[in-house]
Order: sequence, then C-alpha cells, then structure tokens
Amino acid sequence: MKKRIFSKPFIYGVLILYAIITFIPFLWAILSSFKPLEEIVSGITFFPESFTFDNYAQIFSREPLFLRWMFNSLFITACMVFLNIIFNSMAGYALARIKFAGRKFWFFLILVVLMIPFQVTLIPSYLILKAFGWLNTYQGLIIPGMVNATFIFMMRQFFLNFPKELEEAAQMDGLSRIGTFFKIVMPLAKPALAAQAVFIFMSSWNDFMRPLIIMSDEEMFTLTLGLNTFKGQYISFWNLIMAASTLMTIPSLLIYAFFNRYFIKGVTFTGGK
Amino acid sequence: MEPAKKIDHSHDEKTAKPKKNPKKPKKFLRKSTKEGLSGYLFMSPTIFTIGVFVIIPILYALYLSFNDVQLLGGIGYEFIGLDNYTRTIDDERALIALKNTAEYVLIVVPVQTCLALLLAAALNSNIRGKNAFRIIFFLPTVTSSAVLTIIFMWMYNPDGLINNFLQFLSLPTYNWLADPNIALKSIMIMNIWATAPFFMVIYLAAMQDISDSVYEAATIDGANWWQKFIYITIPILKPVTFFVVVMGVIGTFQLFDQSYIFSGGSGGPNNSTLTIVLLIYQYAFKSLDMGYASALAVVLAIIIMVVTLIQKKFFGEEKLHD
Repeated sequence: MKKRIFSKPFIYGVLILYAIITFIPFLWAILSSFKPLEEIVSGITFFPESFTFDNYAQIFSREPLFLRWMFNSLFITACMVFLNIIFNSMAGYALARIKFAGRKFWFFLILVVLMIPFQVTLIPSYLILKAFGWLNTYQGLIIPGMVNATFIFMMRQFFLNFPKELEEAAQMDGLSRIGTFFKIVMPLAKPALAAQAVFIFMSSWNDFMRPLIIMSDEEMFTLTLGLNTFKGQYISFWNLIMAASTLMTIPSLLIYAFFNRYFIKGVTFTGGK
Repeated sequence: MEPAKKIDHSHDEKTAKPKKNPKKPKKFLRKSTKEGLSGYLFMSPTIFTIGVFVIIPILYALYLSFNDVQLLGGIGYEFIGLDNYTRTIDDERALIALKNTAEYVLIVVPVQTCLALLLAAALNSNIRGKNAFRIIFFLPTVTSSAVLTIIFMWMYNPDGLINNFLQFLSLPTYNWLADPNIALKSIMIMNIWATAPFFMVIYLAAMQDISDSVYEAATIDGANWWQKFIYITIPILKPVTFFVVVMGVIGTFQLFDQSYIFSGGSGGPNNSTLTIVLLIYQYAFKSLDMGYASALAVVLAIIIMVVTLIQKKFFGEEKLHD
C-alpha cells in the first residue's frame, strides 16, 4: 500500500470535513428534537438552551395514531423480513441445487424481473389488489413484496458454493429435501440470511411509494406516510417533526450499529453482480 | 465484477446436464420426478408472487396503455390504440417532467460518481480510522428518504440552518424551497449527499481488489499519488464506473419520494420539482387517468431497460477483453 504520498493531513482533512457534512443534518435533527418551540421559532441556537423531552411526549398526545403507525411499520416489516428470508432462500436453493424441469427458464425469468422498474407494475398491481379487496390491508403490502428477485439471485450464488457433502449425508440419514433444507442448510446459511434481513428491513421500513398507493386509510399508514402527514399538520412545529423523525430513524440506526458489516457485504454484492 | 462471469458459466454447465438423460432406468425417472416436485415446491411462493404481481401486471400495463380506462363504479376499458402514447407529445407537463428528470440525471449522476470515487480513493489510502469513516459516511444510506427529505426541508427553511451558515460566510442566501429556479437543485444537493456514499462503498471494495504490485511498478518509475490515481486506478476501475453510472441513471430516473414530500405531491413550485414518476403517480391516482399513466410508465420502463441492456452489453464486452 504505497499509494498515498498525497500528503496525509490533506486526506484526513477531506475525510473529516466530509464526515462533518454527513453528520450535521442528523445532529441538527436530534438536537432540535430536544428544543422547546420558542427556541425553534426565535432563531438559531445550535445546541438546545433549555433541554426538554416534552416533544416526544407531545407526538403521542397530539397524534394518537402515531403508535398505530409504529405498530403497522413494525408488523409489516417483520412479516416482510420473515417471509423474504424463507422464500428467497427456498427459490435460490432450488435454482442452485435441485434439478427440475424448467429450472433454466425460471432462472432466466428472475434475471428479467431484476431489470424491470417497479413503476410499470404499480398501476396494474393497484388494480389487482383492489380486485382482491386488499387495499388498506396488511397483506396488500406484504404479499406482493414477499419475494425479491435480487435476493433470490444472491441466495442462488450462495448455494452454488455451498458444500454438497452435508446435504448428501442428511439425505442418507433419510431426511427429505424439505427437512434437509430447514434443518441442515438454513442454519448454515446464517451470514447470507443476515445480509438479506438487514436489506429487507431497510427497504420495507423506509418504503414510501408503495404504502402511499396502497394505504389510503390513516389507520393503516406506515410510519413514513404518517411522518409525512404529521409534517403537513404541524408544519411550523419543527421540534415535534424532528422528534418524530428521530423516533422513526432509531430502529434503522440500531440495526445498522449492530449489523453494519452485513450492510457492506450486501452493497458490495449489489456492486459485484 | 468477478462474480458475474462465474455465474454465467456455472449456469450454462449446470443446466445443460439434466436434459441429457431422457431414457434412464425407471428408478432414476422416479427420482427425477421427485426432484421436479420438490423443485416446484421450493419455487412455488416465488412463482406465485412474481406471476401475480410482476408478470401479469406487465401484460396488464401494456393493455391499459392502449385503452381509455374509466374507474367510475367498476372499471371500463375503451380501446384507443396508440392515442395514449401520441398524447405525451402534446402534454406540456409531461415535457416539463421529462426536462426536469433529464436535468436531474445529467447533474446528479456525474457529481455523485466523482464524489464517490474521490471519497473511496481517500479512504483507500493508508489511513487510520478507515472503518469509522466508512460507518459515518454510510449513515444517509440507511435512513429513510422521507426522514432525510424532512430534515433537509427544515435546514432549507428561509431562516434555517443553511441560510444562516451562508450568511455567516457572507455568501448569498436562497429560497431553497419556494424558488422555482432553485427547488430542483435543493433536491439534487440532498440526493448527491445521500447516495454518493453508497457508490463509494462499491468503489472501495473494487479498489481493495487491485493488487499492490501494479502500483509498485509505477512507484519505481517515480509516479506520484495523483499520477497513479489517474493512470492506474481510474482505468482499472472502468467497469465499476460504468456500473455505478448505470445504477445512478436508473436510480435518478425513478426520483419520486423526495419530490413528492418536498412539494406535498404537487411537483411545485411552478412544476419545478415535477418528475416522470411523480407525474405518473398524479395521473394514475389523482386524475384517475390510468390508461395514460400506464403509457407513461411503459415509456419509462423501456428507457430504463434500454439503459440496463446497454450495461449488460458493455459488461459482456469487458469479459471478452480479459
């Protein structure tokens, strides 16, 4: 690694400056969420002069639905993560390991689906969900998103390099395909499943457009939609809006803090594909 | 880019095998039927979901795009041929949306790509705290676009943090949210800030794969850091750059969340933040003109798929070169 020389202090300077640029909006939002309204209105204090937790309490008293939105987001995201992990892995495993007629076709189809922007399926999917009576329901958001072509592809690559001997031993012992898959293969695939889980969590938790179209009933809003509505109703109460934004971001940050190496793995996979 | 090559080969080899043995003894046939059944059992959730919510919708979208769709009571279709497609030519708002989106793509993609490359290069030099920097830089990527947009809207307020800072530096201040000449640029700045780190991680991973021996030869010849960056790193990373640009184009073409939240769904001020996807949304779900909206969506999909195919073609050529 002899490719530096471009004066180290300069490189540190650039990195630190960019770290500050990255960090300031977050810091600003969090600090503002602890300021009373007077301080927000009266102009700029960077750090709160009178520190208060009241904004967080006020979110729930002013917007009784906020708790419901949190629950909706958590429930939908939990289901999405659970179903995606199982179904994507099953499909990836079949495409990598099971010799069935039409396998080549289904794999090709997955590659085609990867290229299709979801906007083109948005309007027809809405009409199909409407025909099913699934608008404003949890399943309306969950079922169409319970598999993901990117991660099916990822799991296929993963299982292609998976040691065959273990499965063969399990099958000798009389375990069925399904038994082998759930008892032997899945437990050994944990790192790949974790990478999948964090990405599904993020995309579901942060999704804005699909809930916007499928959920029109305020009770069924996810947190992203709720936050947007909340912002609309309390437009000059930036202390409350920032507290709500902070609340919404905490779960993502926690997951990121604990699993950040899986994020990097996932991104580099996307890049390598 | 390595895995892509392996994939295609292994795929060809594996799938060629099962077709060879149509006349095996009965025992094998039974086994292959069993394999077939378990294969489809494992695939069934995927086949159902992709069938009902991707394949059928694509065909349905094409059908809708050739019809005048009425949504009163039930749903009524009237075949109108290509009218929805020709209508885009006279639709002033469609042209504005196209212009805004094009401007957005042409500015955001080059800037975020260069920024990602430079940040990755800085991180890849022999420095301490590489991981800490990477973790901080990546923060915007894990935060929802809704939250980021809302935080930026507050910083963009006429007497908000950014204008205060500019004033402090005696620089001109702007009406970031309400000035039609500025609003789209406000979104650009925010999104470059939010997406560059994602691509930085991709660049960084690729840079770490470049062998040191390449640089050592150049060092012996007396090349400095900058020369090595320009004459070695950038040429080696060409396929990655191509990938990053294509991903960037696809992502920026689909801009929606930020415009929607920024303008409260209107695309304002004065249509300055109206994007193609926001326009599709408005036609489909506000004006309930689903036929026309589908035609616009099909056009968008074709643009994006052409970009993706060009990428695949270039990647194919890259493979031949090694």
